[in-house]
Amino acid sequence: MALRKNFLFILRRPPHGGIHAQESLDMILTAAAFEQPVRLLFLDDGVFQLKRNQKPAAIGLKHIAPIFEALELYDVEELWVEEESLRERGLAAEGLILPVRLIRRHNVAEFVGGQDIVVSC
Amino acid sequence: MPVLHLVSRSPRESQALACCLARAGASDAVLLSENGVYAALTTSEGDAPIRAALRQLGIYALKPDLEARGIASEELLEGVREIDYEGFVDLAVHYPLSHSWV
Repeated sequence: MALRKNFLFILRRPPHGGIHAQESLDMILTAAAFEQPVRLLFLDDGVFQLKRNQKPAAIGLKHIAPIFEALELYDVEELWVEEESLRERGLAAEGLILPVRLIRRHNVAEFVGGQDIVVSC
Repeated sequence: MPVLHLVSRSPRESQALACCLARAGASDAVLLSENGVYAALTTSEGDAPIRAALRQLGIYALKPDLEARGIASEELLEGVREIDYEGFVDLAVHYPLSHSWV
């Protein structure tokens, strides 16, 4: 039985400021490919990664939405989004590319503290 | 588990510290390093959030980074604890989870 640890990836950066979001997704897929339980938490500008109707081809970048959609195939089914981060940016869960679980800011500390490994992306 | 939050950017250069303090739990600690140590300056404008956090959390500043920037102990906000690299290691051992607010 392989050692399993709960991984939490915290995504706080917007999607198209460089290769960061792509690299984060590579890390996430790697952890998931090794059958580790993986959760994602989107905070601050990280919530923009999940915004609908992104057309990154307009600036010569790849679409990241298909990668997020593929996460389910790797059993990454827990996408957590902080409600306050969405609201501060004029977004709502309905405007995101995938169904997500919402978490309130005051519950983030306890949620993060319950993981085995936290990776900032 | 309590979390050690790592902040290495100045509060005017980045929102990292504010974002961190908004989510830190009561048993967590914050370590200021590199340009993050500017947040520990008592004369720093906009230091209200860190003052409030100091009442609840352990806030540490890395001494070599303070020294490199000419920040003396007397200039630090009351309650900020200075630590050296060994102290950093002790913190990392004490807090099994750490999160860099990059």
